[in-house]
Amino acid sequence: MTKPSFQHSRRWTLSWCFVAIAAVCLLFADIRITTYDPWTELGRLFSGLLNLSTVGLDDLGFTLLQTVAFALLGVTLGSVCGLSLALIFHWRWVRIMCALLRSVHEIFWALIFLQFFGLHPLTGLLALAIPYTATFAKIYAEILEEGDLSALNVLAHGTGNISSFFYARVPDLYQHFKTYTAYRMECGLRSSAILGFIGLPTLGFSLSTSFMEGLYGQVWVLLILFYVLIATMRYWLRPSLLPLYLIASVFIVNNDTELSMTNISRFFTHDIVPAPIRNGESLASFWQWLSDLLMTQALPGIMNTLVLSQIALVASAICTLLLFPLVSKQFFGRFPRSVGHFFLVIMRSTPEYLLAYILLLMWGPSMLPAIVALALHNGAIIGHLVGRYSDELVMRQDASFGLNRYNYEVLPRVYGQFLAFLFYRWEVIVRETAILGILGVATLGFYIDSAIQEIRIDRAVVLIIITALLNLAIDMVSRRVRFWLRVKTDLSIR
Amino acid sequence: MLSLVNAEVRYQGNVALHDINLTIQKGEKIALIGRSGSGKSTLLKLIYETLPKITALVPQDEGLVESLSVYHNVYMGRLRAHSWFYNLLNLIRPFKSRVEEVNAILEKVELQDKCFDVVKQLSGGQRQRTAVARSLYQGGELLLADEPVSAVDELQAGRLLQMLSTDFSTTLFALHDTQLALSHCTRVIGLHRGRIVLDEPSEHLSAADLTRLYCD
Repeated sequence: MTKPSFQHSRRWTLSWCFVAIAAVCLLFADIRITTYDPWTELGRLFSGLLNLSTVGLDDLGFTLLQTVAFALLGVTLGSVCGLSLALIFHWRWVRIMCALLRSVHEIFWALIFLQFFGLHPLTGLLALAIPYTATFAKIYAEILEEGDLSALNVLAHGTGNISSFFYARVPDLYQHFKTYTAYRMECGLRSSAILGFIGLPTLGFSLSTSFMEGLYGQVWVLLILFYVLIATMRYWLRPSLLPLYLIASVFIVNNDTELSMTNISRFFTHDIVPAPIRNGESLASFWQWLSDLLMTQALPGIMNTLVLSQIALVASAICTLLLFPLVSKQFFGRFPRSVGHFFLVIMRSTPEYLLAYILLLMWGPSMLPAIVALALHNGAIIGHLVGRYSDELVMRQDASFGLNRYNYEVLPRVYGQFLAFLFYRWEVIVRETAILGILGVATLGFYIDSAIQEIRIDRAVVLIIITALLNLAIDMVSRRVRFWLRVKTDLSIR
Repeated sequence: MLSLVNAEVRYQGNVALHDINLTIQKGEKIALIGRSGSGKSTLLKLIYETLPKITALVPQDEGLVESLSVYHNVYMGRLRAHSWFYNLLNLIRPFKSRVEEVNAILEKVELQDKCFDVVKQLSGGQRQRTAVARSLYQGGELLLADEPVSAVDELQAGRLLQMLSTDFSTTLFALHDTQLALSHCTRVIGLHRGRIVLDEPSEHLSAADLTRLYCD
């Protein structure tokens, strides 16, 4: 008999593969601090905490109301449409359509709609509602699929589809729907705030103005109000009050921008038509145009997006592994845990776009701010989930403590779940990486934003489609990897 | 080595153990019997809490880390004997000398061919033997084992109990098999609804006496 030999597990090998890929990416990444004195600026930012000021923030209430109103309307519309689509999600074309809609980030949707709706409320509303519809459709369909069918099966033959759905399915699954929708509402608030950075009248707009003027006292007032808004959501966002909120929201987001049919039709018949075709040139020149676009913009954009996102993925993983013990009952008592929770909640509630924006102002343009922002935000999200998962572990009475406990007892038990969470976020990280291009890192978002600045909408649309396809590809690879590892995520991360 | 006077344990207001008066001398081999829910596991936990430093445990649910190998689970019995850094290196790549030590133990419980198998893939009996191996590797003066052999065959069960009794000077097994209790222990303690209702040397007892504990 041959002696058994020690072999590393699949997840060990896979983890190191990803670390190796990230290490190779680091060789090609542009990582440096370009500002002359990065830490003074950071110091000034934090000293802003000591002299909070609302001077110059006359429209503070207006901004917050706009942020909430857009989130409420967009997410509600998305959830209603998503629920209807979830019922026909077994149709292949619905699934494909949703995957495509989902893979375009809400900021890209907003950039497109800005071109023909201008600052009409429809821009923000649709930018949120479209990707959220697609996400809701997928998750609601999964909830329905995992639900218990026994009540449905005993219904009298001939019971209508709608009656049976609301009697036999909804009551049991209501809690799941509610929890998930509430979670997405929180995401919606973040998305809505971020849309301000590209011109909508939400929180991001006031934030970027205050930042530009270096008024950090104002920045903190805005941020703190935003955190309070999210932290108190479960108190003010009651299902029974929702209709009231929605009606009020319609009035809040309404402005006097008028829809111009000429703009809309020009967009579809002129702006998005590739320039050579628009000008009636030959097919050869169209190919020239396309290959030019692919080689000089799409390709470098994809490369940079992948390089940055792979580094950010591994950095997020490291952050998670360092952060989760802070909130785990396996390691700390009530007080240290609440400090950990506080830090994680702040990092989680700050959108990565905003974090990257702040760090970029401090450290200057390179990939570094984007990587740190993505790692902190995603590390906090996954760290929170892994921490909660580790709380459920039942330990032996004589289990070890400290680092031995971490290495031998806890990490082996949570690692599978940790990878599942991480790979689920992978697609999100890639999508966000593309978006961070708008801040100046040369990922796909950079080229899309430049094309729009130059009013070359035809190029922007092609690049957005390419970005969507990249996201779909990553989503597919991630699903393969998770299948290979035989790990499953629960609803809370999706 | 241990004495409990009028000890009581409550779980969320419910009394799980009443009036426990118990003295354990060094070298005793004790069987703890009683129906499920009679308080055996609770009593073992209570004893562990009084003597954590010298005690090895075989909990009822084995307390194994599913995704680690048998080797690592057994090694965990002696984590505190080494620095955390040594342990970490050993987690990444097992040290040869430790593997030999652990293999010697695994041979005793007939698991040597499973040394580097992941616990998740083991059968119930193999898992129990892994937990027994861990306690053997850990060593100590007192062994507390909660149904340590309920999933292995009779022949092997006897051998395992024998091995544990020789390795540890003092042993306390919670058992439901009255035959095993009488043949491997010198003293039998019977629990009923959280009270000690029987405490006799096993030579004064017959299987029938013990069976009575299981009828109401």
